[in-house]
Amino acid sequence: MTEHPDIDQVSGRTTTGHEWDGIKELNTPLPRWWVITFYATIVWAIGYWIVYPAWPLLWSHTTGIWNYSTRAEVATELANLEKVRGDKMVALGAAPLADIARDPALLALARARGKTVFGDNCAPCHGTGGAGAKGYPNLNDDEWLWGGSLDRIMQTIQFGIRSGHPKAHESVMLGFGKEGVLKRDEIVTVANYVRSLSGLLTAAGYDAAVGKKIFADQCVSCHGDNGKGNQDLGSPDLTDKIWLYGADEATLVETIGNGRAGVMPGWVNRLDPSTIKALTVYVHSLGGGK
Amino acid sequence: MNRPVTPTELQLQDDGPLYVAQKKVYPQSVSGTFRRTKWGLMALCLGVYYLLPFVRWNRGLGAPDQAVLIDLPNSRFYFFFIELWPQEVYYFTGLLIVAALTLFLMNAVGGRIWCGYLCPQTVWTDLFYAVERMIEGDRRERMRKDAAKGAMKLERYAEIALKHAIWLMIAWWTGGAWVLYFNDAPTLVKQLVTFQAPAVAYIWIGILTATTYLLAGFMREQVCVYMCPWPRIQAALTDEWALNVTYKYDRGEKRTSLKKANELRALGKPVGDCIDCYQCVAVCPTGIDIRDGSQLGCIQCGLCIDACDSVMTRIGRETRLIGYDNDINIHRRREGKPPIYRIVRPRTVAYVVMIAAVGAIMLYALLNRTLLDISVLHDRNPLAVKLSDGSIRNAYTVRLLNKRGFDRVIAIDMDGPVNATLHVVGADSVTKDRPMIVLPRDTTTELRLLVTAPAESNAAKSVPVRFRVTDIGLGEVASATDHFVSP
Repeated sequence: MTEHPDIDQVSGRTTTGHEWDGIKELNTPLPRWWVITFYATIVWAIGYWIVYPAWPLLWSHTTGIWNYSTRAEVATELANLEKVRGDKMVALGAAPLADIARDPALLALARARGKTVFGDNCAPCHGTGGAGAKGYPNLNDDEWLWGGSLDRIMQTIQFGIRSGHPKAHESVMLGFGKEGVLKRDEIVTVANYVRSLSGLLTAAGYDAAVGKKIFADQCVSCHGDNGKGNQDLGSPDLTDKIWLYGADEATLVETIGNGRAGVMPGWVNRLDPSTIKALTVYVHSLGGGK
Repeated sequence: MNRPVTPTELQLQDDGPLYVAQKKVYPQSVSGTFRRTKWGLMALCLGVYYLLPFVRWNRGLGAPDQAVLIDLPNSRFYFFFIELWPQEVYYFTGLLIVAALTLFLMNAVGGRIWCGYLCPQTVWTDLFYAVERMIEGDRRERMRKDAAKGAMKLERYAEIALKHAIWLMIAWWTGGAWVLYFNDAPTLVKQLVTFQAPAVAYIWIGILTATTYLLAGFMREQVCVYMCPWPRIQAALTDEWALNVTYKYDRGEKRTSLKKANELRALGKPVGDCIDCYQCVAVCPTGIDIRDGSQLGCIQCGLCIDACDSVMTRIGRETRLIGYDNDINIHRRREGKPPIYRIVRPRTVAYVVMIAAVGAIMLYALLNRTLLDISVLHDRNPLAVKLSDGSIRNAYTVRLLNKRGFDRVIAIDMDGPVNATLHVVGADSVTKDRPMIVLPRDTTTELRLLVTAPAESNAAKSVPVRFRVTDIGLGEVASATDHFVSP
């Protein structure tokens, strides 16, 4: 600049020449290193445009010469994970079901893998800890509708219950009221009889002999002479303390009157065999496994 | 007072440089007690640093035999007879507390002993200066050579190249020794030589080579003056009794030239011992003048004491015109009283007591370190399970730690709920009701425990439960408590 810069009389510093209502802007230059750093970041940003996805286009965006994408990164990471898991999961797949629990390393792997898969696939119905809910069995306890051995748990997970798969568990708890087999008062009587099987209190004026008669006529074919149930038919033990839908009279009347037919999907087409194995071991190890 | 100020005057004040350029320091070589002490400590520090990774320590089969090893992949720290796990990091906390208190104690006794003699920045910078002096000559020669920058000859270029080559070599060895603490040293050395070592080893050697080269070769006293927090903390921690490297101005002033001093002395006039020879400034590695008094830039290495002593000896005056002293004694001497030194005083006693207390706690913790441990976590969902016969089951995740170098068999006992039974998932017990597990050596084992108890005998909502593990062979016991809850 050839002309003499304007100097602010109060501070004695040069001004930028900008003036608003008599107020002048002081010229406060940045340190050189700051300016250099600032320009360096601009140059760096241009490098970014070239290398990474940067500019939006109409329907997509510039991809950059490195073809980087976070989605591809995730896919790579997942593939790496599967590769790391691979050998171990192969060993798990090869081991006989009964032997897994005896090998601490395999058991730990199966439980870890099983817990993850359980959380992703089973928790919506059975709960994150497998504690179940009304109509969805608690997998921690020792009552099993379709059997609690490793083999039977695996079969249930693979093909499900009333899932439509040819190998699925199939059975029907008839709606005795809906179908007109039993009248309302008969249903109430047999409901009280069922309560008495596990030592629960019965309603006043309930006729035990009539209840027993109805039970023998209608229920024993599935639930057995003494109400112990049958795991081949998925018919629950009526003498124990665990009730899937509830043991109060009203609930039992509803169950007997309308029937029950819970559905569990089969997983054989969605999970690979070693994962189903891990899931089996996990469910078995929750505490109720036989 | 409103003195009229001209704009130009203000501008000069305001538009000063934004930063202070480094003033290059050319410390002169010196010999004497403190120089010898520094050489000795440098040899000791560097010797320990470079050679310690090669010291072996037998820990038995399967365990590393390196005396000092930070085993990151296996999360173990080995120090001779001590092996620490990550969860025992509090030993390092204790060690850091002791280190800090020792620093405070040193400071209360003899000022910045750490800065002057032991700090890595000092040790490596001193070494780099020695190399520089060996190749380029002493202070005056180096100043002359640097001043003649415009007309450099081939030898000068060779000299500079040689200096940097040796610096880089030292720096490389520094980084090289560093990585040896994280791997088996002899194996890694072999791998490094044959270029088989993992990339991370080379990267770390590179990083430490760069930092050593930059910090000791170029940044030098700037680190102490601008970067290090200790001088600031030290200034706040010191007291009037602490001995610091001090110019005894009671003796030294008024300073004057040797000739003038002799003349004045002959006339019987008062004159100081300082002959203003600037030797103390010439040898100073941070380029300060100790005669300005105690200051942040002084790392108290004592080299000015050596320089001054040799001058005092030569002119036949008493040595230690500069020495470890404090202001109290300067004033006492002025008043004709003998100097007093008070090493033992409440402050130093307090530091010693604190060091002893922390040390004792750490020693106690170390001697009573459990080699078998257990921690327990109750299942959160479900908290409790009702079984078909009405009894209650709670599940726990238990982690067992075997810190010994061999496998061992442990038995698990449980007490708390009445008539309860214990089952370990996946462990077929030899003895009924007392599950036994093999704990692999030097690792942790996670187990799932199921505790089942009849509901009628455990009516309370929550009953305390204790898991106790017993080493069948050694009898070591560890236990952990939790709760047994009803639905």
